[in-house]
Amino acid sequence: MSIVKAMFRAVGGVHPDYRKSATAQKAVREMPLPALLRVSTAQHLGAPSRPVAKKGDAVLRGARLAEPAGFISAAVHSPTSGVVKAIADAPTPTGATAPAIEIEPDGRDAWDPSIAPKPDWQTMSSKNLAALVVEAGIVGMGGAGFPTHVKLSPPPNKPIDTLILNGAECEPYLTADHRLMIERAEQVWAGAEIIRHILGAKTVRVAIEDNKPDAVRSMERAMAGAAGDVAIAVLKTSYPQGAEKQQIYGITGREVPTGGLPMDVGCVVENVGTALAIFDAIVNGRPLTERITTVTGSPVADPSNVLARVGTPYGDLVSFCGGTSGPVAKWISGGPMMGFAQHSLETPTTKTTSGLVALAPGDLTAFASTPCISCSRCVTACPMKLLPCELSQILEAEDYAAAEALNVLDCIECGCCAFECPSRRPLVQHMRRGKARAMARRRAEEAKKKGK
Amino acid sequence: MAGTGLACALVLVIADRFFAVHEDPRIEAVAALLPGINCGGCGFAGCSDYARAMVAGEAAVNLCGPGGAETSHKVAAMLGVEASARQRMVALVLCGGDASKTTRKSRYNGVADCVAAHSVGGDKLCRYGCLGYGSCARACPVDAIEITAGRLAVVHPDICIGCGNCVRTCPRSLIRMAPDSRTLHVICSSKDKGPVVKKACSVGCIGCTICTKLVKNEAIKMEGALAVVDYTRDPESDAAAEKCPGHCIVLTKAGVAS
Repeated sequence: MSIVKAMFRAVGGVHPDYRKSATAQKAVREMPLPALLRVSTAQHLGAPSRPVAKKGDAVLRGARLAEPAGFISAAVHSPTSGVVKAIADAPTPTGATAPAIEIEPDGRDAWDPSIAPKPDWQTMSSKNLAALVVEAGIVGMGGAGFPTHVKLSPPPNKPIDTLILNGAECEPYLTADHRLMIERAEQVWAGAEIIRHILGAKTVRVAIEDNKPDAVRSMERAMAGAAGDVAIAVLKTSYPQGAEKQQIYGITGREVPTGGLPMDVGCVVENVGTALAIFDAIVNGRPLTERITTVTGSPVADPSNVLARVGTPYGDLVSFCGGTSGPVAKWISGGPMMGFAQHSLETPTTKTTSGLVALAPGDLTAFASTPCISCSRCVTACPMKLLPCELSQILEAEDYAAAEALNVLDCIECGCCAFECPSRRPLVQHMRRGKARAMARRRAEEAKKKGK
Repeated sequence: MAGTGLACALVLVIADRFFAVHEDPRIEAVAALLPGINCGGCGFAGCSDYARAMVAGEAAVNLCGPGGAETSHKVAAMLGVEASARQRMVALVLCGGDASKTTRKSRYNGVADCVAAHSVGGDKLCRYGCLGYGSCARACPVDAIEITAGRLAVVHPDICIGCGNCVRTCPRSLIRMAPDSRTLHVICSSKDKGPVVKKACSVGCIGCTICTKLVKNEAIKMEGALAVVDYTRDPESDAAAEKCPGHCIVLTKAGVAS
């Protein structure tokens, strides 16, 4: 066990203000159960899950509410014991609407009897362990919500040699992963050992940015007895260091090919929160029903790291943190760089809600976007080596074929280009639109091929 | 020099003989009858492709929306086939919720484009309503779609050539083709239930089913909580427009929301 410096300097990136000090030193507080939980069926990338619970059902904590609808999908479990009040559409943090299972807690918070702890996981096969991960409905808890079992079942021709545990947390404001590494380091590391066992990975690197020295020390203690090629990789703080492709390059020097996945270069990146969820799912037998969310921003009266059940309405989270002490101009679910602006606090949290950030009117600047001046700052900032300036103009002209030729689909929507743009152009939005169109075109083409 | 010229001329004469493409002269003649704006409304890749298909007998002669009945008669006469009458179809935006009638849930300050706005859920409380950022207007080859001051897309039926480009562009799929002759329309696309619609919009279909009882021949049918006009059937009565409690059934020429 050692501490190493990340070898390679990631391409591009920016340095936004951290703004983490309000919550970085605050211990995680567990929130009491709200009056109503709304558990969304669209908490992950891929197909929304299919509800199996019915209105009026009495459910216990950990009981399955919805089943995965395909390989890239995930199960959803009851966050507490209570009664299913309704299955109705609810807003999701991304601005869409999806069916949600509404649960009125009965206050007992009793676990379902089907919970089966497996403390002897070392003796189990990778396949059985991966099946337990599917069963527990675990998705990537860093923000995107990619179903974890997909990462844990690579095809045999793509062996994994390196597991990277992602504790970079490069988004400003957020400290949920930071606190997790300080307060539950042993469990996070135990989860990492389980993932390592499933993948058969020799090397493990725990990636932490150098602005969290206390997390480095805490993880170091937890990993003291670890065997094999295990180390903490300290990354020079920059955004988007927590993006998996950038992290893989920073630590191993390997570049994920365009259109490829980390498994193509023998790597798997898992968030520290995901590692804890896997530990809980296997050693304690508990499905994923809660997570830590950082509720912060200058208008929040008592900014905190909150351990809340999945499905807690944002409004309840805010009241638990003392409500707001001033006007809020914008609520953002997630971090300010990649998060989604919220129009209402009725939206319930999901497995991926890493933060809820309130911005005061003074935190925001209204600006008008002006034409591109070809300064190429976005090109320097882009961690994917794309040409945001050129792409945005192509997309403004709605030439989607040309945008696809310039690899618009490689954009990770990190927002570095828009952050740097002196003309304040909505570059990420153009990219998102271009990606949506390119994907739609690809799907149509595939459907055509299948039809023929 | 003269020798080289002669040799090249000879090569060209031979090439002209052997590589000539024999095209049915009727294709060019038929293409000349078509409007030539390549709108694609007929389903072919432009006017000359449609002309080729008609000459080959693969397509009916009445598919040209912009050309209308006059063009189809001319083409039919030239090709010696029967021209069946075809309804003039115009686009109709099935949403009447402009800024004065709908509730906005948020301020959208991104790219002024419906596809982009729709991808983040839009800024209207109604998730089916017209976003008003003009993607359809930009797709229209003849500028028949106007975005009103209240940010609502409205089709001018006299200008509309019925190509259907706007129908394919709208990310919320709320433009549909309707026969020009019809006057009774349900101008709403919300599949939400009554209370949800009422909260979001003052001209939305609340799913009360009154209209379905007032029209004859089942000319309006319920699709879930939304009344939908079946333009193949004749309603025979305009009572539904007056009685609609949601104020979303209008009596007008296609394309003009009152």
